[in-house]
Amino acid sequence: MRVGVKLVLVAVAVAAVGILVGFYVSHLTTLAGSPSYSVPVQNVNGHPVVNLEFQTVAAIGPKLSQNPDWVSYLVKTKSNGWQRMTVWDLPANATVHVTWLNFDGASGLRNPYLARPQGIVGNQVLVDGKPATSIDPNDASHTFAVPGLGIIVAAPGVADDAKNQCGYAPCPMTNAHRTVTFTFHTTSPGHYRWQCFVPCAAGWIFGFGGPMQTIGYMDGFLNVKA
Amino acid sequence: MASRPASAPPPSDSTNDGLRVVVAWLVLSAIATPLVAIYVGPLIPPGNGSVQAQGQTFSNQVMTSIITPVLCLMLVFFAYGLVRFHVRRNEAVLDGPPLRNDSTIQLLWVVITSVIVLFLAGFGTYELLKDGAGGGQGPNPIALPAGHKTAFPVQVIGQQWEFTYRYPTYGGMESNQLVLPENRLIVFHVTSLDVVHSFWAYELGVKADANPGVDNVAYVQTKGPSVIHVRCAELCGLWHGYMFNNGRVVSPAAFKHWAVGALAIYQSVKGFVNRPPDKGGAPFSLTYFPQPWRRAG
Repeated sequence: MRVGVKLVLVAVAVAAVGILVGFYVSHLTTLAGSPSYSVPVQNVNGHPVVNLEFQTVAAIGPKLSQNPDWVSYLVKTKSNGWQRMTVWDLPANATVHVTWLNFDGASGLRNPYLARPQGIVGNQVLVDGKPATSIDPNDASHTFAVPGLGIIVAAPGVADDAKNQCGYAPCPMTNAHRTVTFTFHTTSPGHYRWQCFVPCAAGWIFGFGGPMQTIGYMDGFLNVKA
Repeated sequence: MASRPASAPPPSDSTNDGLRVVVAWLVLSAIATPLVAIYVGPLIPPGNGSVQAQGQTFSNQVMTSIITPVLCLMLVFFAYGLVRFHVRRNEAVLDGPPLRNDSTIQLLWVVITSVIVLFLAGFGTYELLKDGAGGGQGPNPIALPAGHKTAFPVQVIGQQWEFTYRYPTYGGMESNQLVLPENRLIVFHVTSLDVVHSFWAYELGVKADANPGVDNVAYVQTKGPSVIHVRCAELCGLWHGYMFNNGRVVSPAAFKHWAVGALAIYQSVKGFVNRPPDKGGAPFSLTYFPQPWRRAG
């Protein structure tokens, strides 16, 4: 075999390996292979408006995960009800109205500063219908935080002695829950990570193992698309 | 090029290959070293965003300039060997000229490499001790820049997976934005609430590990207004690769304006933060041991 042919073959092999490594890294770090939920968009006076509804539960249950006792987020889909999908497609430059149903108890924030809502319209939330510019960090159950958009919202937990607490997800509205509503605006197209900052993984070291270190439970992405 | 018959005698040893290599090396080094020092050196990171960053760029410039002749020697030696000593097609493989001991070359090699290494060690030590070079120095720093007693303190808190910043001169105000006044000596106090992170403010030339329970001190002298890219430089869990944000160096007036707004945001949570730690609070401290581990295993 001629030297030139050998060199070409080596170059092609190196390029192929590079592409495979790039694809693997890209696939792993952007959840490109994970199912995403395209949140339905309404057009209000020419402006895209989205109603995003999700719930947080203490135990995802055997129907939705191989780890039934893991804490998790679920999103309400238009056609299939509550699903454990944490990659959500949103339009750019849109208004997003969020309704967050929390069926879980409090774990407390490691950093109390994160109990202060930020990056949302008015920098305040409605907790069970009442406006709040902060919650007690000790009462925090989970956070919905999108560092790339400057968004931090914490939800208070269900009281420990509340009646009719939810067992496995999805949890019906008849179960004890807290409702947090707020609005934020998406900006330019991008891929924004979101996560929970509360150490809420029961039974794991410092409450930050298991579902907090596994893609698709207490974290995900906002795919903001043009 | 004509090939020699297999029965030809070994090549003559009369050619002074060493002299050729040295001359080629000197010529190449004389051309490449100034070019690298003048044109490549200033482009080496982290740039000119702070006095410490500028110092790091200068150090990289010096080291690159010093290694350029070394690299040239390797390249010349390699290229000359390939051209001069390779076996041509249909040529018999013969043993080369015998290797002889040359104590002068050996002595030069030992002296030159020793001088280079010792110079770099001394140079690096001087640059480190001059002002800390933007590195974390632990809780008891020894490289103290001039004016360190009046440095503007900013605490950096790492947690999975975001940095937040506290400003003790503003009542321990906390923010998720890093904003610094220009032309000011800053003292970073870097710590963590959970695992080991590393605060890397690229344009400032600052890199300091964030360890739980440790106050890691790093000094930096800011320059003019700029944008800072902050990353975590220590593998810290699932979203380590996404643990980054942007900061800004602004004018003193812009800094005060920003601080007023950040303080207003902080007010609503200040009461909770200033509770005692056993009540879930975190009043300003050089280190923290957060307790809300109700679910921890």
